[in-house]
Formats: sequence, C-alpha cells, structure tokens
Amino acid sequence: MNRIIKIIFLDILKNKIVLAYTLILALLSWSSFGLEDNSAKGLLTILNVILFTVPLVSILFATIYLYNSSEFIELLLSQPVKRKKIWLSLFLGLSLSMVAAFFIGAGIPLLVNAPDSVGIMMVIVGCLISIIFVALAFLSSILTRDKAKGIGIAIMTWLYFALLFDGLVLFLLFQFSEYPIEKAMVAVTAFSPIDLARIQILLQLDVSAMMGYTGAIFKDFFGTAIGLMVSFMFLCLWAIIPFYISLKKFKNKDL
Amino acid sequence: MKNIIFFFLLFSFFLQAKVIEVGINKPLKSIKKAIALAKVDDTILVYKGIYKEGNISINKKITFLGISYPTLDGQKKYEVLSIKADGVIVQGFKVINSGYGTLEDPCGIKVYNRKNVVIQNNILDNNFFGIYIQNGTNCIIKNNKIKASGKQEQLIGNGIHCWKSDSLQVTANTISGHRDGIYFEFVTNSVIWRNISTHNVRYGLHFMFSNDDAYISNVFKNNGAGVAVMFTRRVKMFNNYFEENWGDAAYGLFLKEISDSYIIGNKFSRNTSGIHMEGTSRILVEKNIFEANGWGMKIQASCMENIIKNNNFVGNTFDISTNGSLVLNTFDGNYWDKYEGYDLDKNGVGDVPFRPLSLFAVLTENNPSAMLLFRSFMITLLDKSEKILPSITPDNFIDKTPLMHSLSL
Amino acid sequence: MIEIKNIYKKFGKLEVLSDVNLTFNKGKCVALIGPNGCGKTTLIKSVLGMVIPSKGDILFDQKSILNKYKYREQIGYMPQIGRYPDYMTVGQIIEMMKKIRNSDAVLDEDLIKAFELEKIFDKQMRTLSGGTTQKVSATLAFLFNPDVLILDEPTAGLDPLASEILKEKIIKEREKGKLILITSHLLSELDDLISEIIFMQDGKVHFHKTVHDLLQTTNEQRISKAIASILKSKQ
Repeated sequence: MNRIIKIIFLDILKNKIVLAYTLILALLSWSSFGLEDNSAKGLLTILNVILFTVPLVSILFATIYLYNSSEFIELLLSQPVKRKKIWLSLFLGLSLSMVAAFFIGAGIPLLVNAPDSVGIMMVIVGCLISIIFVALAFLSSILTRDKAKGIGIAIMTWLYFALLFDGLVLFLLFQFSEYPIEKAMVAVTAFSPIDLARIQILLQLDVSAMMGYTGAIFKDFFGTAIGLMVSFMFLCLWAIIPFYISLKKFKNKDL
Repeated sequence: MKNIIFFFLLFSFFLQAKVIEVGINKPLKSIKKAIALAKVDDTILVYKGIYKEGNISINKKITFLGISYPTLDGQKKYEVLSIKADGVIVQGFKVINSGYGTLEDPCGIKVYNRKNVVIQNNILDNNFFGIYIQNGTNCIIKNNKIKASGKQEQLIGNGIHCWKSDSLQVTANTISGHRDGIYFEFVTNSVIWRNISTHNVRYGLHFMFSNDDAYISNVFKNNGAGVAVMFTRRVKMFNNYFEENWGDAAYGLFLKEISDSYIIGNKFSRNTSGIHMEGTSRILVEKNIFEANGWGMKIQASCMENIIKNNNFVGNTFDISTNGSLVLNTFDGNYWDKYEGYDLDKNGVGDVPFRPLSLFAVLTENNPSAMLLFRSFMITLLDKSEKILPSITPDNFIDKTPLMHSLSL
Repeated sequence: MIEIKNIYKKFGKLEVLSDVNLTFNKGKCVALIGPNGCGKTTLIKSVLGMVIPSKGDILFDQKSILNKYKYREQIGYMPQIGRYPDYMTVGQIIEMMKKIRNSDAVLDEDLIKAFELEKIFDKQMRTLSGGTTQKVSATLAFLFNPDVLILDEPTAGLDPLASEILKEKIIKEREKGKLILITSHLLSELDDLISEIIFMQDGKVHFHKTVHDLLQTTNEQRISKAIASILKSKQ
C-alpha cells in the first residue's frame, strides 16, 4: 500500500494546482496577519478560508484528480493489487496532500501568529475539513462516469454545505422562532460539516458571546467536553461515511 | 512613612490611655471582660488564639487591636463583632463563621448607626455578611480580605454591605465568594477605591439609590453577573477593570436608570456584554477600552443623550447592539477595529462614517438562537450588503468620525 | 487453468454475457473472435476482475477469483487501448509497474529491446502515438514473465514490423507452455499462432474448437475461410 500512496502523493505534489493553492493560502494568511497589529483580522480571514476556500478546493481538486486518474486506476486494476488498496491509497494520497497544502499555507502562519486555543482549533478543524471534502469528492466521482456530471455534483455539494444549508437553517430559525427549537437546531448542525467546524472555532474565537447571552444551547452542549467529543466524532463520520460508501461502490464497479 | 506616623500616633495615644491585654497567656482571657473593663479611648490588645465568645459588642470608643490575627469565631451562631459606638477602630482580627439568618443578616463585623469607625487589615472568612455599615457616617473600611464560598444567592450575604450611609471610604479590600462583593444602597458622597472583587455569586459591585459616589481603580472579575449600578445620579466610574463576567444575564457593567454620570478610562475585557444600558441619560462614556467582549455595549432604546466618544472597540464579537430603532445617543471619534473605511486626507479620521450596529446583532437580539449561524458565509454576505444599503438597522446609528488608529489608553 | 462457469453480465438492461462456459488449459493459444460488441472484452475483463459478473464464477487454478487479487500476479494483460497517466514518462511507467508488482521474478525485457523502448524512456505518455502506446502495453504484459497472457487486439495499430516481433514473442511464450488468450478481428493474423478458437456472438459462445478440428470439419486451409464457411452454413 505504501508504494502506491507514495506514487500518488508524489504525483499530486508535482501538480501545479496544489502548489498554487498552497502559495495562495500562505500569501493570504501571512498578509492578513501582517496588516493589523492584533491577530483578530488574520483569524477571521483564515476562518473564511476554512469555511469557504478549503472545502471548494478540496472537493474540486479531488474530483478532477479522480477522473483524470481513471487510466491509472484501470492500469492498477489489471495488476495484482486489491481494489480496496487502490481506492484507499488514492484517498490517503489526496487527503495527505490537501492537508499538507492547508497546513503549510495556513496552518504555519496560524500557529506562528496565534499560538493559542483558537489557532490550534483552526488548524485541526481546517485539516478535518480538507479530509471531509476529499471524502465527499470520492463519493461524487463514484456516482457517475461522466466527468462533467461528477464535477457538477461536487460543486453542488460544496454550494449546499457552504451556503444553502445555512440559508435553510436561518429560514427554520425564524420560521419556528416561537417554538423551543434550540436543541433541534443543535442537532441540525450535525448535518453540515462546515457548520460543525464553524461552531467549534466560534467557541474559541467568540468565547465571551458564546458562553453568555445565547449561552444555554452552546454552553450546555458544544461547550462541554462531551459536546466537543461528539462534534469531532461527527466530523470524523463526515469523512468516514462518504468514503466508505464510495469504497463499497468502487469494489463493485466495472471498468 | 505612613506606618511610622501611624505607630507614632498610636504610641503617643498609649501614653495617655490605658492598654488592656487579652490572651491565653495573659491574666485576662476574655475579650468581653476586657471590653467591660475598658474606658473610653482605651486600647485592647488581643493576642493570637481562638476566641469563641459568641457576640462581642463594642459599646464605647476604644481601639481594638489584634496581634498576629487572633481568631474571633462566631461558631455559625452569632454575629461576631457589633460596633455600637463612634470612633471605634478594629484592626488585625480574623473573623470567622458568623451565624446564618435571613431576617437578621448576622455579620462578621457590623456597625450600628455610628460615625468615624475604622475597620482595617482584618481577615473575614466564611461569614454570612462580611462587613456591614448600617447608617454610618465617615467610616473607613480598608485593606480587609473578605472571603466566603457561597454557591447560591439565597444562602450567602454580601461582602461589604453599606446601607443608608454617607462619606464612606471603601479602599483596597479584596472580596470573593459572597453574594455581592460590595453593596451600596442609599449611600452618598462615598468613594470605592482600589478594591478587588472576584468570584462573587451575583454582582462584584451592587449599587442602588446612591448619588454622588465615585468608584475608581477597582477590579471586578469573574462575578456571576458583573457590576450593577441602578437608580443613581451623578456617579463617577473611573479606571476600573471589568473582566470575564460570563453568563446569560452577566454584564461587565449593568446601568439602569442612571443619569449625569461619567464612565471614563475603564477597561471592559472578555465579558458577555461590556456595558448594558437601560434608561440611562446624559452619561459620558469616554476613553474606555472594550476588548474581546461578546457585545461591547448594549444600548437599549430607553437610553438618551448619552455620549460615547474616544473609546477603543477591539476584538468584540459585536461592538454595539440595541433593541429599538430610535437612536438618541451620540457616537463620536471612537476607534472600531471593524471599520474598513479609508482616510484620504490622512488626518487620522476615516472619510466614511462607521455603522457600529451590524445586521446580525439585530437578528440575534430578536432571536438569540441565530447565534448558531454567526460568521457563516451566508451571514457575512447579509452583513456586508446591509452595511452598504442599510434596511433593517437604523440609518442614524453612526459614528461620523471613526478613528483610523486605536487610541493609546 | 482457467475455468469460466455460467457467467452472466448485464450493463443496465443490456445483457453482454449470457451463460458463458469455457475452459482454457496450459500451453494453449486461444483466439477469442466475434463481431463488435459480442462480449469479448467484457469476458477478458471479467477474468481480470475488472468487470464483476452478475452471476456465475471464474476459477483460476481451481480457485474462485471473485474478490481475489493475488492470482493476477500470474497474468499479463495488454489492453485494447492502453490508457496511462498522461504526464508519466515511459520509463516512469515501467518503474512504477515494477514497484507495484514488487515481484522477485526474473524480468522479461525482450520486448523492451526488440521495440527499442529505451530510446523513448523519457517521453511522456501523452506524446506517444497509438502504436507506440501499444508497444508499451505489450512490453508491460510480458515484463513479469506471467503464466497467462491476455492480449486484447494485440496487433491493432502496430506497424507490420512490430506486429511481427510481437507474434514471434507470442509463439516463443507458447512454446514455454504458457496459456495465451487473444482477441482479434484480423483472422488472417492468427493462422500460425493459435491452437484453439472460440467464436462469440451476442454474449454467447457460438463454438469452441481446436484449429485442427475446425479446419477438418470445414475442409479449409485457412482459419478465416473456415469461419466464413461456418457462418454461411448457419444462415
């Protein structure tokens, strides 16, 4: 397995898009930390990067890469290599390179400029989001043979989690504001990895507001150790389940 | 220097007045007997030991000194020390375990309708009320360490409780674990200076119907609900620290029905709300730092003619929030770290006005659960478009001269 | 060596293989022929595990291949259209395959020499012509000295010279007692190569005969003629 991961990892590293992604992240992070004397603006910039850019690049790049390596997959399949191994190697190779790009581009400036709980939480969550959207890319690319369709599904997935889902939640919040829906809303966030990630960062970034006024729902769930663990468990599930489904499908795929 | 003068005065005092010693190794072992023996202007010296004498009442003008903190134990049954004479000095005692009661408010040390009483350098542990000044005038409460471990509001009294008094000085005390750290009701012309009030169950400072007071350079940190100042006129709040008061109804500083007052040079840091204002008028909020609060200031629609100028708002989740659309307050020359305008003429003042009220602050005011969506891309978009074309937020809620750089405060 | 038992395969509603039963033995060179879309490639891919049959079983050395992969160490496969990662060079591809196989068997580099692949080792795959790509595919199929060779239209796109080299190589390997499976349209190419012939039509095996049998029953000298006469007599 290691041999194949190595081959894939090296192949991705040679890819100019990953290089550009890393550079852009680094440029954005360093400059936004450098502009102000406090780290707040830099943190906000990186927060938006984590919630917006990282998912988009991860899912798009991974989907396109998977379609482009269909030849490679076919080649490997005629060789004495397990299907599971091929798919897992691709996943690990892609996740690893996306995480590496995020870590080098945004993680290092974060840890240098904000070496506190906020910075660390952002690095962890950013890496998780990278992996989750790579996993979603695997799912979207296994659903259809058509490259254009697959990329379309990937973009729709991203759009849904980055934008539409929040719109839906906002709508629900105001539609049912007369009812005690706080707890239900907490449960609803589990359905979007971006929301889970965002709330974990918020709890560190806006701790005063989060622990206070609107506290009840946050403090009683997300603020506790159990809440933290449950949130991270859900984030991990968001990576594992899409990949697992895609693996099941890949095992029975005809090439 | 001060100490030398003090001891010199004390020494000269001894010359003319009698000194009565109380201690385990002394002929006199009872404080109560010593007080009975003493005459006006005498000094009673109490040596180290534990004295369980029930309620000790001082009914003549004496100096009551503890050497190496002798312990006065109320055994959870009695008010430990009652002062019922003018000009009494109580110094150097460790007062513990006052009784508990909801009708009588038993205290560690209580002053009954007296003047010129000095209570200083004492340690008060585990009392229902710490120090209680009832109808006192010109009293000094200084350098006391007052501690309790209250969990519920109903089961614990206040650290320093002053009622219907005038010209008090409350200086350099540390108070923790009481219901309210310092409580002022109907107290006038007094000063609260350099106290540290932390971890109290309700308020660090609770202040009602107390006109013409000043509180200066105090630290209020991590109290259940911060500091409340209510129904008062002409109060001055200078250079205090309000920190880490977190909770559903916790405020760095809660103002209700306050007028003609000054809030200058304070620092509000990491509170759920820095300042919460209700029905206040003609207040000057100047040169304060609002830093890393959930809400920098919450200004309810019932406030008017307040001036908020030359403050720094840095790293707050929301700088300002309000519950209405009427704006009768003035914002002027503040530094807002969320300001994104420009300064073409380089005069240090932004060329476009700043709207400190964000759309989302208004949304969460109506629907607190919406906080769940804060900083999501969707909300950021809404906020930006609202900043350009205000539709929900009042359009005169505005700082016309936002500063480009933070003030050095 | 390879037994195909009651294989069915459907792509959606389209039935590509229907109840195929075949046995291939060592030392044989089997040609798989039939019109376009008759299921030849699907059958080969099923043996390789690239296509998973809807029903039935395939045995390799008496063991089922379903969900197995180890048996592929003994198969060399040359696809009809070789598809390789665009940006890898010929040399990198060969190196990568060596790494993936990780076998300690003696490498058979005859074809590298015969096709003079060393000269183009540093060329990227996307720059190669169809014929050259086929040369690479053929080389990879023979490289690890497998017991079974599966060649899908091996000579299509090759120039006559290369095609001749490949044929010679196939004969050489057959002599070593290997099983060789070939699909082809060009019946004339097969004459001196093959020992058995399978004719497929509409996903079914039409007949499976030795070349000797076939020529005898039809009284023909050449395979192409023999097939033609069989097809005629059917109509």
